[in-house]
Amino acid sequence: MTEDQVQQIVIDIINEIAPDEDTTGIKPEVNLRDQMDLDSMDFLDIVMELRKQHGIEVPEEDYPELASLKSCSDYLTPKFNAK
Amino acid sequence: MPSSLDQQHYETVIIGAGMAGLAAGIRLALAGKDVIILERHNASGGLNSFYSQAGRKFDVGLHAMTNYVPKGTKGTPLTKLLRQLRIPYDALDLSPQNCSRIHFPDCQLGFNNEFAFFEAEVARAFPTQIDGFLALAEEVRTLDAFNLGSMPSSARKAVQRHISDPLLEDMIFCPVMYYGSAQEHDMDYGQFAIMFRSLFFEGFARPLDGVRVIVKLLQDKYRSLGGIRKMKCGIQKIHTSGNKATTIELDSGATITADKIISTAGAVETARLCTDQPVDAESDNIGHLSFTETITVLDKQPTDFGWDDTIIFFNTAERFRYARVEDELVDPSSGVICFPNNYQYGEGRQLDEGFLRVTAMANHDKWCALNEDDYISQKSHWYDELQKVALSLLPKPKNNLNFEDHRLAKDMFTPRTVRKYTGHLNGAIYGAPNKIKDGRTHLENLYLAGTDQGFLGIVGAMLSGISMANLHVLQGD
Repeated sequence: MTEDQVQQIVIDIINEIAPDEDTTGIKPEVNLRDQMDLDSMDFLDIVMELRKQHGIEVPEEDYPELASLKSCSDYLTPKFNAK
Repeated sequence: MPSSLDQQHYETVIIGAGMAGLAAGIRLALAGKDVIILERHNASGGLNSFYSQAGRKFDVGLHAMTNYVPKGTKGTPLTKLLRQLRIPYDALDLSPQNCSRIHFPDCQLGFNNEFAFFEAEVARAFPTQIDGFLALAEEVRTLDAFNLGSMPSSARKAVQRHISDPLLEDMIFCPVMYYGSAQEHDMDYGQFAIMFRSLFFEGFARPLDGVRVIVKLLQDKYRSLGGIRKMKCGIQKIHTSGNKATTIELDSGATITADKIISTAGAVETARLCTDQPVDAESDNIGHLSFTETITVLDKQPTDFGWDDTIIFFNTAERFRYARVEDELVDPSSGVICFPNNYQYGEGRQLDEGFLRVTAMANHDKWCALNEDDYISQKSHWYDELQKVALSLLPKPKNNLNFEDHRLAKDMFTPRTVRKYTGHLNGAIYGAPNKIKDGRTHLENLYLAGTDQGFLGIVGAMLSGISMANLHVLQGD
């Protein structure tokens, strides 16, 4: 799986858990929180959906790795490819 | 006879199918957890429920949903909770209030869902206090309600730093306390801030069909996610071993086990279920504030009488007293009048009948000590007294309409009713005076959610269920 595909998976999850947020034109390098109204409860849901939909586990100490789309793909792509 | 639940194991058991329990259940079911909600009664909703009598549906609890914000407003409690529960905004069918009022002797302040209107009202009635009021509002807007830092924890003291007129102070405290304070006379400043924001910065709204819309929405969502709910399923005991809860014993005698338990039964009530606690555990944290409420059904709309307000918070005494009722069954000197018809439901949408609800503080022990005949006659007596108070405060009916001639039905709940349906000791509507903000108990796998965890109102109750499920079950899972 490519980094772009992983970023799309994260965008799909955000669309699902925060349907009122506009995810078009998200800048991959910029923190998601600075571009959208997401709080720690929303990040918990991103983790929850990664587990439910894709069987990917993100331990609590790694939550900061999900800060931006780029950091998400850096962190998650190896996990997807290791499955 | 042991039920089918006997010997079952669940990842999480939730005690109580009120707003908090259902919201916690939805979170856990969303995460794919194996969860069951156990409810003693046959109806969901707990304190905020509904019933039918002679073919008519009555709401209990909800006068108004506080924390109302228009669709699309970001970062507020209502928006957060809908997102967490994955419920669309429109499903709540919220209609905003018309206008509400704080009614004291010789002084009235109107407020609606626009803070600027309340601000103008304070400036009109208290021209020398407006700067202090605005300073208070600004402080409350930005306060971290769960970490007061160097601020006074007494809300009275904190407010007095900004407002020197005791009349304005009491007028602000009256609605804030009536809509959520479990403490007498004073409240925690953080809790004051949460309530102030939910009433004055955000506002009031209601679904046309009342609280049942919200309860049904939560139930349906929970069910659609595969959550299990058992009604008429009271808890007899929580058995413990060391610092863990091990087994839940039901009224039926059946036993079930769980990795974690979230209880919405109340802090003291939950402690007393545990086999390692004395039967009178935590007796210093039992609430003492209970209420009575009358409901009158009219064959006309309240506006036909000239009654246009949504909610009226009233006090007829020299100082506003928010405390247990000592000598009488009811303290009619302050309370809340509510007209569920007076919301902006939109063209052609209105409740078929007129409703008038009057709430006042009441003495739990005295109501519960009455024998059945006295209970019925006292209900009738206090119904009349509270209508008298309400009619004395409301504008004189238009067109000489006589209230009595247009009454179709009446009903009344008392602290005895509250006790029966919520299980709260003393019929304490808002639960224990000292809130357990992290939801932890003396047992490592037993947590609290709901009223006694310290969020207020129905939005607060749901947020409590969400945040406790997140914090104690889902986070770091």
